[in-house]
Amino acid sequence: MEGYTEKIRQIAKRLFEEKRIDIFIGYEKGTNPFFPRPTLISDPQEVEKLIWNSNCGLNLCTYLTGRKERIGIVATGCVSRSIVNHIIENQIKREKIYIVGIPCKGIIDYRKVLRRIEGKEVLRIEEEGESFKVICDGFEERFKKEDFLQENCLSCTHPNPVIYDELVADPVTPRSERPVYKDVEEIEKKSPKEKRSYIEQAIEGCIRCYACRNVCPHCYCPTCFIDEKIPYFGKSIDFVDTLTFHIIRAMHLAGRCTDCGSCERVCPMGIPIRIFVKKLNKDAFELFSWQSGMSLEKGQLLSTYRRDDYDDFI
Amino acid sequence: MRFVLKDDFLKKLREISKNYKVFVPVKKDYFHLFQELKDDILPDFSFFNTKLSPKSILFPQSERMFEYSLDKDDPDAYILKEAKKDFSPQIIVGIRPCDAHAFQIVKQNFDTPEYKDPWWTKRYSLTTFIGLACNSPRSSCFCLKVGGGPFSEKGLDAIMYDLGEGFLIKDITDKGRDFLDKIGGDEAKKEHLEKAEKLKKEAEEKIKVDLKIEDLLKRPVLSVFESDIWNSVSFPCITCGICTFLCPTCWCFDIQDEVYGKRGDRIRNWDSCMFPIFTLHASGYNPRGEKFRRVRQRFMHKLKYYPERYKKGIQCSGCGRCIMYCPTNMDIRRIINMLAEEKRNESISSLSCKD
Repeated sequence: MEGYTEKIRQIAKRLFEEKRIDIFIGYEKGTNPFFPRPTLISDPQEVEKLIWNSNCGLNLCTYLTGRKERIGIVATGCVSRSIVNHIIENQIKREKIYIVGIPCKGIIDYRKVLRRIEGKEVLRIEEEGESFKVICDGFEERFKKEDFLQENCLSCTHPNPVIYDELVADPVTPRSERPVYKDVEEIEKKSPKEKRSYIEQAIEGCIRCYACRNVCPHCYCPTCFIDEKIPYFGKSIDFVDTLTFHIIRAMHLAGRCTDCGSCERVCPMGIPIRIFVKKLNKDAFELFSWQSGMSLEKGQLLSTYRRDDYDDFI
Repeated sequence: MRFVLKDDFLKKLREISKNYKVFVPVKKDYFHLFQELKDDILPDFSFFNTKLSPKSILFPQSERMFEYSLDKDDPDAYILKEAKKDFSPQIIVGIRPCDAHAFQIVKQNFDTPEYKDPWWTKRYSLTTFIGLACNSPRSSCFCLKVGGGPFSEKGLDAIMYDLGEGFLIKDITDKGRDFLDKIGGDEAKKEHLEKAEKLKKEAEEKIKVDLKIEDLLKRPVLSVFESDIWNSVSFPCITCGICTFLCPTCWCFDIQDEVYGKRGDRIRNWDSCMFPIFTLHASGYNPRGEKFRRVRQRFMHKLKYYPERYKKGIQCSGCGRCIMYCPTNMDIRRIINMLAEEKRNESISSLSCKD
């Protein structure tokens, strides 16, 4: 997707010239090829810093919360859906943002790459069509991108932005071969005891750094429940304390998560965080035909109700 | 100095682990962590460095300090009693020189003439630090620029050099000699020493980064505090705790009481200046409520407050974890150089503090 870079720069430049935006939020090159640096550009001279590639995997919608300027922002399918959620949850106004849509071909799972190259330090990555070259000190190898995509990208149903003002390229065709919730179904099949041991193992390494929460655009509570004094939630790395954090956070995202994969991407310990919320995404889809962030016209799944709801508990 | 083949070394380590807690680097998925050597644990010394620093071996992330009873019928109700802790003698084998140096930095805080952290200092005195010289520093490494080096002996009791088929081990302190006696091996030969010297030269040449630390240290603290860069450099930061929790030199903690029915524990947990509640006052006021203030604090502490207080360089051992694992590429080297190169009228701003 490196080919999108030039187009993004042109669009950003034009938006500044036409005085349509005050700032532009995108990515710039950093010192770690797997984590390009999110950047805010307010000086039109600096649009040349902007880049795009298959490692731009954080959900930039996180940076929109509470901003008052007119903002240009690059957005893939999942990011655009998070922006939709932000709009319907009154975190930003649609007219304040200019969405530069990225038809997304998927984000590279750096863990898959590191496993393959056995932990060597990656100095540079060069993309070419459907493959990418990993350049290390005295070693380089070309890989097929398809084999190294993030799991959420492999089951992505909306790679194209659902709202945008302009696209950087023609829409891509969503992949259809892979069942979306197969991984959740595998866990659903387990017995309660097996499920518990799965979760115990999954969160064992958690260091309570909260990177998953902080990178998530939908985790914007001014004070997170885990930071409240009353009620008090344990802050140690004891299993129950850690589990409380992950489960309640997942529940807060029910019907809102767009499966962008940022939480899992940033986790320093490689915890499969996505799967907790994905179970709730699956429930929302199967029980209410709901997919998060698809329409500006509807309220959120769990904050709207119908008088004629056929369930009698409401 | 001794030379020992790797297989023999591992056999001896397993013997030592019967009487000591021995911590070794262990491969976990695509990264390494220090773990206690047990029968089913296979150490992997061909690692770059562990993802989590070994600081938790002396300073656990969550530690029960005291326990107490809230039962009125208990004669000892409301009396704090020290919780049981494990103070077995322990050996960290394969610690990188940057992380050993980091313990010396942390020591400045936990072991001062006025205050001594009882548990940290006790564990420190019971720990033997066996280093593993770093043959292949990474692009994010800058130990050499902060008073250490890939072959530095700072804070080590003995240092091992990986010569391929075996380790050359040099004892530095009595504790190190004691370890070496347990390991055995043959007297080192001249060719071993020459090979180690060559590896050292090659490793040091790999650390090329130009860091203007001296220029930054010369700047007045208030001027750096008021720098114009903080707002813009803090933009990408998501203020998570990765950098501070992975950092071998970050020592901040918070103490919480946790009550379960009629008993309670007083626990200390690692804390991070990146978190808003780190400085939240009981009144509700937060002096570091905004992100840029928290980002500024992390760098000010490491780059200005610590050096001014202890006069021992910056509070950083150059391990590069915060660079490698930051999801938004907040690169401390970039920030050091931006601050060092900043042009400001120092004489005026150093007199006033607007914040």
